[in-house]
Order: sequence, then structure tokens, then C-alpha cells
Amino acid sequence: MSDSFLKRNPSVLIFLAVLALFVLAVTLLAEGAGAGVISTSFVKTLGKTLCLALVAVAMDLVWGYTGILSLGHFAFFGLGGYMIGMWLMYARTQAIVMSSLAEASIPATESEITDAIGNQIFGVVGSSEFPLIWIFADSLVLQLVLVVAVPGILALVFGWLAFRSRVTGVYLSILTQAMTLGLALYLFQNDSGLRGNNGLSGLQNLPGMDHVPQATLSIWFFWASAAALALGYLFAAWIVSGKFGSVLRGIRDNEARVRFLGYSVEGYKLFIFTVTAIIAGIAGALYYPQAGIINPAEIAPVASIYLAVWVAIGGRGRLYGAVIGAVFVSLVSSWFTGGQAPDVNLGFYTLKWVDWWLIVLGLSFVLVTLFAPRGIGGLVDLWSERRRPDRHGADLGPGAGALREKEASK
Amino acid sequence: MSMLLEVSGVSVSFDGFKAINNLSFAIGPAEMRAIIGPNGAGKTTFMDIVTGKTRPDEGRVIWGERNVSLLGMSEARIAREGVGRKFQKPTVFEDQTVLENLLMALRANRSPFAVMFYRSNRADLDRVEELASEIGLLESLARKSGELSHGQKQWLEIGMLLAQEPRLLLVDEPAAGMTPAEREHTTAILVEAAKTRAVVVVEHDMEFVRRLDCRVTVLHEGAVLAEGSLDHVTANSQVIDVYLGR
Ligand SMILES: Nc1ncnc2c1ncn2[C@@H]1O[C@H](COP(=O)(O)OP(=O)(O)O)[C@@H](O)[C@H]1O
Ligand SMILES: [Mg+2]
Repeated sequence: MSDSFLKRNPSVLIFLAVLALFVLAVTLLAEGAGAGVISTSFVKTLGKTLCLALVAVAMDLVWGYTGILSLGHFAFFGLGGYMIGMWLMYARTQAIVMSSLAEASIPATESEITDAIGNQIFGVVGSSEFPLIWIFADSLVLQLVLVVAVPGILALVFGWLAFRSRVTGVYLSILTQAMTLGLALYLFQNDSGLRGNNGLSGLQNLPGMDHVPQATLSIWFFWASAAALALGYLFAAWIVSGKFGSVLRGIRDNEARVRFLGYSVEGYKLFIFTVTAIIAGIAGALYYPQAGIINPAEIAPVASIYLAVWVAIGGRGRLYGAVIGAVFVSLVSSWFTGGQAPDVNLGFYTLKWVDWWLIVLGLSFVLVTLFAPRGIGGLVDLWSERRRPDRHGADLGPGAGALREKEASK
Repeated sequence: MSMLLEVSGVSVSFDGFKAINNLSFAIGPAEMRAIIGPNGAGKTTFMDIVTGKTRPDEGRVIWGERNVSLLGMSEARIAREGVGRKFQKPTVFEDQTVLENLLMALRANRSPFAVMFYRSNRADLDRVEELASEIGLLESLARKSGELSHGQKQWLEIGMLLAQEPRLLLVDEPAAGMTPAEREHTTAILVEAAKTRAVVVVEHDMEFVRRLDCRVTVLHEGAVLAEGSLDHVTANSQVIDVYLGR
């Protein structure tokens, strides 16, 4: 990444500068490290929001740039969370069990310890056996490898099957929804080995860090999330800036033509699908320790649809659009659903935002799609004077995910 | 002279309609060939078969010195073997600049990792500029190709085809929508290309074909009706009946 890359992409520098300022401001104002104006729980909300922005960048790569409307990327996000959650839960339970057994007069055997940990973790689903998938749970390093490997391999296998059969457009979207639904239903089962609908909890406690207050931990995770977002954004910007980006956008607009140039479209799709699944997994692994809990409801099919909505509202095909969409919608959403938004008394009916927010979100999605297809990110064009081409309504190519006239710029 | 491409006994039907009927065709490594024939004769379908877009029901398509079959290969693989194609309707990447279109077409390693680490260098840019000036788009390198006129898109596609440096160029109706001067220029480019590679041109315009000054294959109802010099085939009574007589 030479400076010529940054020079050619000034929006990357602007983005990184804004992010750095944001991190600095939050750090100085936070309870953990500074003035204490921002509560620890809000620092966590902000940290989680940065993770959502990262998975939105991944979504923009796969949909906005390559035209694959994957409605399953939140499954990869959730899997990343589960993988780190297993270690967090195991290591912390182990510490608790050890300290309670230490008080006993007879030293506990190895198997007694394991049984006790198993009992603690799996008691809620009526079991005490460690399922096979927990085999690496005592190793942070191995679980970190799984954060990358599990979403990556799932995406690789799924993508290979789908792209090889040339499944595109709506059918691919449905297939990805089926994948995330199948995964969620599987995880809901008590014998899935991941505690069924209870999910994994207590993830906000870092094992061996009991002496560090949550206020400080929250800032650490906030920093880590910001660093991951910065790196993910740089990587995405780098990947779409050169010829690789040309090929991706070519696939989005007219994949048959790309084939006749000699590029293996399936290989490129598989690559971008897998890489973005890995980014999603990393984002999830940073998100759930801040959320404290992960359960199968997190990877319900609708979560992946929200992801597409964020990117659409922010403006697809531009990385900062994805970030703006994710940050804006998820913050507004948590404001409305968190009960902070005042109810509106209409006299005959009291409008409760908790109930009505989803309808507002759905409506704004429809309105943005119809009337402002370039999304919130499109506002930047007013200032940078990017103009829209006049194509008399013609899309930029025959592909199902091709850029539409109103999304394009001259 | 051994052949670069040999198509033999190829048939393909769509829902029972035989678009290509026991077609045989061969072209050498440095040869120009024109294919003429009425609408629906199967000219585009023939190109679809050679480029792997359409799988024939029967027949063989043999390629190169090592006589490999193109039939089992993907479109991308066939393109990498050296078959380049210009479509009837100009298809360029409209959201990308002329430069990006040409760079994407430029002969180079096509694998994802090679492409990811590719950064344009002086030699490639020189080659692109050379091509762009040949197709009259040097001033337009930075423009989005969607803004180009129909004729300019035809040119850009010809430029992309040349950039690929294929061994076989399949060119479907290149002169459509061009002015007489542009047609002449196109002829010159194709004739030049045919000195070092095989060029197959599908064209309706007889004047254009005459200027190409090459062997002509007449297709009718998916099969070869006549083959030879333009004067030879246009003297053929069957050809006059089905095509020229109309
Ligand atoms: N994919 C297809 N499905 C059905 N019919 C087709 C298809 N492709 C071509 N055809 C038919 O095959 C015949 C030959 O078409 P084509 O090769 O496009 O002719 P030409 O290019 O010589 O005008 C036409 O009758 C056309 O309708
Ligand atoms: Mg045709």
C-alpha cells in the first residue's frame, strides 16, 4: 500500500481521519479512560456499531461491487461470535470451577474438573458432556483460528456449490437465506452442542482479566473494533481500486462478458464471497464480547436482510456508504427500540417507537430505493459534484445486480 | 498448412429447431474469413459454439497445434486459449472508463491473485494508449464508456479484442452503425490483424466483405451452402436463390 494508492483514493484518507478523530473523542470522553461523559454501556454500543460497519463493508464488497446479493453474511458474523464465545465461556468457567475446587480439602482430578466445567456450561440443556466441537475451546489461539476458518470454509463450500452451478440473482439470494435459516434452526436445538436457544453468555468477561473494570475493557474492545474497521476498510479499498475491482464491477454489470475476456467468473465470486465471510466472522468475534451474549436468534435470516438494507440506505458500491448506512441505521435503531425515543401521543393513539420503528425502517428502505438510490452516501456527490449519467433509464449492464442508472455516476 | 480451428459435423437444436445442422468449418492460423448468410442462418450461434456459450448436441470443435477439443472447456478457458470475440451488440463495461475497459482486456495473467497484485505499468499504459489512438479513443481514455456513442462503443470493443491478442478473432457484424470512413478503418484493422492471426468476420454488407478480399463461407439454415471467393459464391445459383436474390 504505497502512498500513491492513498493519493488516488482520497476518500480512504478522509475516512481514516474521521475514524481516528472519532476514536480519540470517544476515548477522551469515556468513563474508562477519560472524562466519563460517555457511559460504559454506550462505549460498548459504539464499539459494536464499528463492528457492524465492518460487516457492512464486507457486504458492500460482495453486493455493491460484485453484484452478489448475499442474504447470508450475518450467519458468518454470528459464527465468528460463536467461535470466540466458546473460548470466553470455557476459560471463564474453568477459572470459576478452579477457584471453587481449590477450597475443597481433597485436590480434584483432571476429569472431575472437566466434568464440573461441562456441568456449568451445559447444565441448561440437560447435559454435562463436552460435544466434539468444543475440542479446541481451551485454546484461545485455536479458537481465533476457527473465527477465520469456520466462516471461511462454510463460505468456500457453499459458494463453490452455488457458483459452479451458476446460480445467480434472486435464486442465489434465496439460497443464502436458506443457508442462514438452516444454521439458525440447527443452533436452536439443544443438542447442537452450543447450548441451543440459550446461546453463549457472560462473554463480556475476559478470562484472567477480572481485575480490569468493564469501563476499561469496553475501551479496549472499542479500540480493537476501530482498528479492525480501519484495516478492513483499507483492504476493501485496496482490493477494489485496481484491475481486480474492475473485474468485480464487470461481473456485477455483465458477467458473461467478463468470461469472454478469459476471467474465471466463478473463481472471482468464490474468492470475494469467502474473503467477505472471513471479514464478517472477524467482525462478529469483536462484536459479541461487547454484546455479552450470542444466541441463534442473532443469525435469523432477517439479520442478513438488515445488512443489505444498511448498505442500500448508505449507498451501495461505495465503501463509506456502507459504513454510513450501518452506523446511522443501527444507532437510530437502538435509540428507537431502546425506549429513549419519546412516544408520540396522537390523541386517539399513542405511537410507541418500539413497535413502530421497524415500519419506519422498512418504509425508509423503500423510499431510498425508489427515490434516492445512491443512499445517504450520495449526499457526498452534491459536494464532490459527481453527476448522474443520462441513460434514459437503462441499467449499466444486463446482470441481475448491475448498477442502475440512478446509482451510477458520470 | 495445419488448421487453427476445425469444426466438424456440429449440430445444435433449440426446442427441436435445428439452428446448426451438421456444420463443418476450418480456418488456418493466419487467415481472414468472411461468413455471410441471411438472418437466422446460424452465424451468431456458430460463434456461441466456438466460444463455449452454447454446447452442441453433436460434433467436434478442435483447436490448435495440440488438437485439443474446446467442447469441454468453460468460456473463460476458451478465451484464455486465445479465442476473442466481438459481439453483435457492442458490450463494454459501461460504468467503467475506456482505460479500465482496455486494461481489463489487455493480455495478462487472469488468475484472481495475479490480478489483485497487478498494478498498471508504463509498458501496459503505452500499449493501451497505442490501441486507443488506433481506435480513435485516445482523448476519451478517462471517460466512462457508457457515455460513448454507439459507433465508439463498437470501436472500444474492437480495441478490447485486439488488446486480448487472441489467436482467433470472431467478429460479429463489426460495421453496424458506422460511417463509411469508419468502415474503411475497420477493414484496415481487420486485414492487418489477419496477417498474424485468424479472423472470422460475420457481415451483411457486401461492400464491406468485398474490401476484406478473402474467402467467403455462406451459411444457410445452419449449414454451409457454398465456400470460395466472393465472386465464386455470388455466382452460385443456390446462393442467389436463398440470399442475394431476396
Ligand atoms: N438460445 C436460443 N434459443 C432458441 N433459439 C435460438 C437461440 N439462439 C439462436 N436461436 C435460433 O437459431 C437461429 C439462428 O440464430 P442466429 O445464430 O442468431 O442467426 P444469425 O446470427 O445468422 O442471424 C435463429 O432462428 C434463432 O432464432
Ligand atoms: Mg447474428
